[in-house]
Amino acid sequence: MSRVSFTHITKRYGDGTQAIRDLSLSIEDGELMVLLGPSGCGKSTLLRMLAGLEAPSSGEIRIDDVVVNGLTPRQRNIAMVFQNYALYPHMSVAENLAFPLKMQGMAHDAIRSRVLAVAERLSLSALLDKQPKALSGGQRQRVAMGRALVREPQVFLMDEPLSNLDAELRLQIRQDIARLQRDTAITTLYVTHDQVEAMTLGRRIVVLKQGELQQLGSAHELYALPANTFVAGFIGSPGMNIFAASLQRDEHGYAMVIDGRLVALRGAPYAEESLAPLVGQTLHAGVRPEALRLGAGGEGNVHGFQVTLSGVERLGHEVIVHFPAINRSGESQVEHSARLAYQDGLQIGDDVSLSLAVKDLYLFDPSGSALPRAG
Amino acid sequence: MANRKRIGMIVNYLLLSVAALLFIAPVLFMVAGSFKPEARVLSEMDSWRALLPGDVGLQNYRDVFARIPFGRYLWNSAVINGLIVGLGLIVNALAGYALARLHWRGRQTMLALVLALLIIPFEAIAVPLFYQLSAWGWRNDYLVQVFPFVANPLAIYLFYSFFLGLPRELEEAARVDGAGILRTFFAIVVPNAKPVFATVAIVSFLLYWGMYLWPLLMTVDDGVRPLPLAIATFYTLPPVRWGDILAFGVMMVAPVLVIFIAFQPWFVRGVATTGLKG
Repeated sequence: MSRVSFTHITKRYGDGTQAIRDLSLSIEDGELMVLLGPSGCGKSTLLRMLAGLEAPSSGEIRIDDVVVNGLTPRQRNIAMVFQNYALYPHMSVAENLAFPLKMQGMAHDAIRSRVLAVAERLSLSALLDKQPKALSGGQRQRVAMGRALVREPQVFLMDEPLSNLDAELRLQIRQDIARLQRDTAITTLYVTHDQVEAMTLGRRIVVLKQGELQQLGSAHELYALPANTFVAGFIGSPGMNIFAASLQRDEHGYAMVIDGRLVALRGAPYAEESLAPLVGQTLHAGVRPEALRLGAGGEGNVHGFQVTLSGVERLGHEVIVHFPAINRSGESQVEHSARLAYQDGLQIGDDVSLSLAVKDLYLFDPSGSALPRAG
Repeated sequence: MANRKRIGMIVNYLLLSVAALLFIAPVLFMVAGSFKPEARVLSEMDSWRALLPGDVGLQNYRDVFARIPFGRYLWNSAVINGLIVGLGLIVNALAGYALARLHWRGRQTMLALVLALLIIPFEAIAVPLFYQLSAWGWRNDYLVQVFPFVANPLAIYLFYSFFLGLPRELEEAARVDGAGILRTFFAIVVPNAKPVFATVAIVSFLLYWGMYLWPLLMTVDDGVRPLPLAIATFYTLPPVRWGDILAFGVMMVAPVLVIFIAFQPWFVRGVATTGLKG
């Protein structure tokens, strides 16, 4: 039974780059937590620090209230599945599975029965005498999982374990991993850059960017209540459209300038108190591609605008269209997109009108943090 | 068109054959001569027949064994080289691993020093080394012929660059699985580094099998002297017989060839994988 906590962890490398900045996080006993972020965000570094492969520059890592900073990997009883599986090429599957137990000095017979049990569980029994190079990608992946499971570790670490598999296998093994983790109830930290993987596996997901924690929450929370423009743009496929909009107030209430026109914020889920201090400033506004509709009309406060399509992706049940970003703000996207119900007619170069309901707007302050959403 | 191509190819092969013959001629001369009676060795020395056998017999070989304790010299060479190669593999592999993978203060400096040592010829340090080891009372035994050559910068460099190219995750997986540094090295790294071990073994064997200067400086006793010193005595041991010298030469080169051919597949792979990295 293990609880993992990171307290004010910072990792600086010799050349001055900061992989992790003052990060605090705790993983509950038996939980599967996912670390999600683009490559280079520090998620693997965090995992490696927990494994004992790297040392934090400052801060404390605890497993069950024991500070493990100074412990070797061997003393931590942690198992890890590597992205490329890291199976020992000169050992058979059985020897690979037995290796961690051998390192614990377990008796030969006990090792044998544990290896057979794990092999049975992961359907590896027929492969025990094979060398890793004779296995398929999916089989290698299972051996790597088996090698991690066999020692019944306190904590299970997975570093992008599915990224070398083809799509179909990925889906299947993703479910296997979820089931295995539920059954064994081993505290698990899972690293990925794939948001679908993260959302389907993790009860709680941590989004990292440049070594900083952006948001911690369930899949739904990340999607519905993104903490900042980064999470909003990162989660979703495609991510949220974000654009600059200056906030104004007149006798009718709050309004924003979007696409050259004044759009009243009547019906937007934001309270007076959070908007008032920002009047006159340029905010970031966002709308999910799936919240955009084709055509100008609609009920409630709806704003229509014209775009010229620069890309059309037909997905069978729907179509994703891309168009030059509206009201581009400094660092944000060059293109925006909309997910529409499927239709054949749309072509690149078409001028179409899209509409957004003001209730679907997200607002972020000039620094990019989300304004508190009411209701 | 096809004809011209063909002629070009023939010319090509002819030139290459001539070059090959030039390189192999001394070896052919040695092998052919070692089986000939002394008179024919001398009379045919300046003609192409020097390269062909004739009157095949083993008299020269019998002479070698009769005139000097060849077996003893062979044994000495085998022990000295076996120790240099065997101990060298362990010491240099560990050093290469420490430079490639472990984190310690001064690692970069040490690597630079090791590389710098590559360009210092042994002859330059032979005399100071002679004084130093003599002062310690080391002379005329196996130890003094082995000790200075166990650690070798070229071998360290070859190991270093090979280990750099191994996937790091293998070692990290072993660490996480509970292996310490030495265990990781011996259980995971060594079994996956066979080509570089074969390469270093062959290179250092070739380097020291013909070693002459150092044993000449440090030994006086046939009981510990290696083959190259023995063949030298043949040039001065009257009567000087060329057939005997050639037979000795064949017996001295044969073990090298056998080892080289046995390890050649590994060696080639090793050169291919170590040579290009780093």
